Order: sequence, then structure tokens, then C-alpha cells
Amino acid sequence: MSGMKIEIDGKAVPFEEGDTIMEAATRAGVYIPHLCHNPEFTPHGSCKLCTVKVNGRNCSACTFPATDGQQVLNDTKELNDTRRTITQMLFVEGNHFCPSCEKSGNCQLQAVGYFLNMLDGHFPHFYPQRCVDASHPDILLDRDRCILCELCVRASRDVDGKNVFGLSGRGIASHLVVNSDSGLLKDTAMAATDKAAQVCPVGAIIVKRHGFEVPIGKRIFDGQEISDWSLEREASEAGE
Amino acid sequence: MADKLKVATTSLAGCFGCHMSFLDIDERLLELAEVADFDRSPITDIKHCSEQVDIGLIEGGLCNAENVHTLREFRKHCKILVAVGACAINGGIPAMRNHIPLEECLQEAYLDGVGVDNPQIPNDPELPLLLNKVHPVHEVVKVDYFLPGCPPSADTFWKFLTDLASGREPSLPYALVHYD
Ligand code: SF4
Ligand code: SF4
Ligand code: FES
Repeated sequence: MSGMKIEIDGKAVPFEEGDTIMEAATRAGVYIPHLCHNPEFTPHGSCKLCTVKVNGRNCSACTFPATDGQQVLNDTKELNDTRRTITQMLFVEGNHFCPSCEKSGNCQLQAVGYFLNMLDGHFPHFYPQRCVDASHPDILLDRDRCILCELCVRASRDVDGKNVFGLSGRGIASHLVVNSDSGLLKDTAMAATDKAAQVCPVGAIIVKRHGFEVPIGKRIFDGQEISDWSLEREASEAGE
Repeated sequence: MADKLKVATTSLAGCFGCHMSFLDIDERLLELAEVADFDRSPITDIKHCSEQVDIGLIEGGLCNAENVHTLREFRKHCKILVAVGACAINGGIPAMRNHIPLEECLQEAYLDGVGVDNPQIPNDPELPLLLNKVHPVHEVVKVDYFLPGCPPSADTFWKFLTDLASGREPSLPYALVHYD
């Protein structure tokens, strides 16, 4: 044990050399809202939902290294208000029609919205034009719901060794591309058993013929808050 | 006792599911009737709001010019305007047509669709003009509260209205916040 500690909302949290704030927090059972972070993959730092205040400055907890004596603010009204605004922006920048989405009830974007008591999108909706790719026999790629977290990119590259996905374009034109001459998923090496088919936190990558298997009321986030769900799943990954 | 609250409801581009869910408060409607009167609403069949209404519940988004007109009139007469359900909040299922040019939607529905008889695009002056895109209500008027859900559950309506009627700031617990 190194004996090094940070403080999160006044609570002493031990950490080890090389830990990010997110890793130390998760191990200590402190939930920091996040979407692009998944302890199985190298941090990406794109969604900014995990914004915390470190010694007075806003930082992404999933990429910011823990150092001894850091004062971290996490569960404050100000930060949760900011996170709600970020979540609203994610909703209006995509086409999120939850009632028609197979992921509904099991979707982390939605669950973060519930957790932050987000009741509306606040901003004018962009209704962007995005391409749906239904070409693959077993996998649906609905870019309308993609939040550009790159979890599929990381999973395909680092676990499946296939490099099926990438991000292209800038700003509002950013979009997910697939690695085939036709630009279609059916012409890639992707299989439904790939890690990349399982990691999408939203309903952008869906394995076909599994929709609506669990009835409304019994799906993950109908009953459980994402804070508890994340800690249950991720604490073991982050700890020893 | 103070005057009864006046509650108005209306539907824009929605399926009336939110109204149906509201009615699912069942016998609690009688309790509600002790503190509130229905003003403009399909329940009373009153077509226009009284000069001043306390709470206006609005279901559905904006898909045509008449929706915009109705919404503006509603806002003018309601002290508190509440956007109810996915369609009012983000356009909902009707807004799924926003991906497709309006002309193509009309062609598919009235000219090229399977089983279309006597193909023609409706063009009666009585029909309100369609908007190019479906929009949520907060893009046109100020909205005071939002009740998410498709539809919001009866308990969501009940919690919200009883909070307001007893002078509490309305708040929805986790179990009552849903986007579907
Ligand atoms: S991906 Fe999530 S937030 Fe988006 S439509 Fe589906 S359930 Fe809703
Ligand atoms: S498809 Fe899913 S996993 Fe891939 S970038 Fe989009 S949201 Fe993330
Ligand atoms: S979880 Fe840290 S930036 Fe997305």
C-alpha cells in the first residue's frame, strides 16, 4: 500500500501510482458519471461527463492522474448541473427517439439522464442527417444514436484485432465510419460475437434479433440507478 | 378555501396517449376534481381557454401551422405551461420524419405507398400547412415544466399535479422519470 490519498467531496480515497481520479474513485465506491469511459479500455476523455473540480480546476476524471493530497469535488450541484447540460447537448446533437429504440431501458445515455434528473433537451434539436447501416446480417449500426465515444473503435482495435471502426469529420460533422471499400458494415470482418458489438453504451450498435427481449419495467435502468450499476460492474475491474 | 385550480389540456402532433395515461389516474380523478376544474380539454370539449388558466398540459409537438397557432394561444392563457410526453419535449415519433424531405413523405404516403387508392396529395385550403420539420414545443414558447415519458405514467401526472396543487415545487423521483 502506497499510503497516497486524494480527497473526493471530503472523503479520503487511497490510490496507487498511475491511477486516474476515475480509477481511484471507482475502487473506493465513489461514482463519477461517465459515458466514454469503460475500465476495460484506455481512457478516451471525449464526453466530458466525468468533469470534476480538481484543486479548483475542471478536469476529466477519466484521464486526469491522481496525485497525493488532491482536493476533488464531484457530487456538487454545480458539477451535476454542468453534466446535465452536457447530457442535453448529447441528446440534441443526435436523433434520440427513445420510445422507438431497442436499447431503451438498458441505455447508459438515458440512464445518465435519469440520474441527473434531466427532464428535457433544453436546446433546439439539431435533427442531424445520419446514415443508418443495416447491411450486416447480424448487426445494425444506427448512427443517429452514436455519441462518438469510440468504445467500439477501442474494442475492435484492442480486443478483436480488426480495426473495423473509426471516427471521421470534425465538429458536428463527426461521424463513425467503418473500414471497408464500400463503407458498409457487411463488407468488414465484424461478427456479432466481437467485443465491439457488445460495448456500445447506447443503441448505435445493436445485435439483431434481440430487441425488446426484456419487458418494460424489468430492464436494467427501470429499477437501478446507473451509479449503483456502474460501481457494481466496474469496481472489480478497477480494483485487484 | 382558495379558488379551485383551472387545468387545461390540449394535443398537438401526438397520439393522445398522454391524455389516456392522464385518465389512468382512475378514481383519483375525483380527488383531483375537488381541487381543480377542467377548462379547455377534450374531456370537457371546451375549444378555447378561459382568459386565465392556472395549469396548461400540452401533449404533442409541432408538425403544422395550426399546431403553432394553438400552442401560442395556449401559452397566452396558461400561467404554468407543462410540456407532456416525448412528442412535446423532443418531437417524439412524429419527428422521425425529420430525416426525410417533406415532399418524399407526402409522395410515399399519398402517391407511391402500398395500397394507395386514387393517388393524390391532399390540397384542401382547410388543411393546415405542414412544417418542413416537426419541432418540440419549447422551441416556440417558454415552457415551465416537462413531464417526460411516452407517455408519462398516471403516477407521474398525479405526483406533478398534487405537488403543484399543494404549493410544493414539483419534483419527480427516479422511478417516475422515463423517456419511453
Ligand atoms: S440510444 Fe439511448 S438515449 Fe438514444 S434513443 Fe436509444 S435509448 Fe434513447
Ligand atoms: S457506435 Fe456506440 S460505441 Fe461506437 S462510438 Fe458510437 S456510441 Fe460509441
Ligand atoms: S468519461 Fe471522462 S470524458 Fe467521457
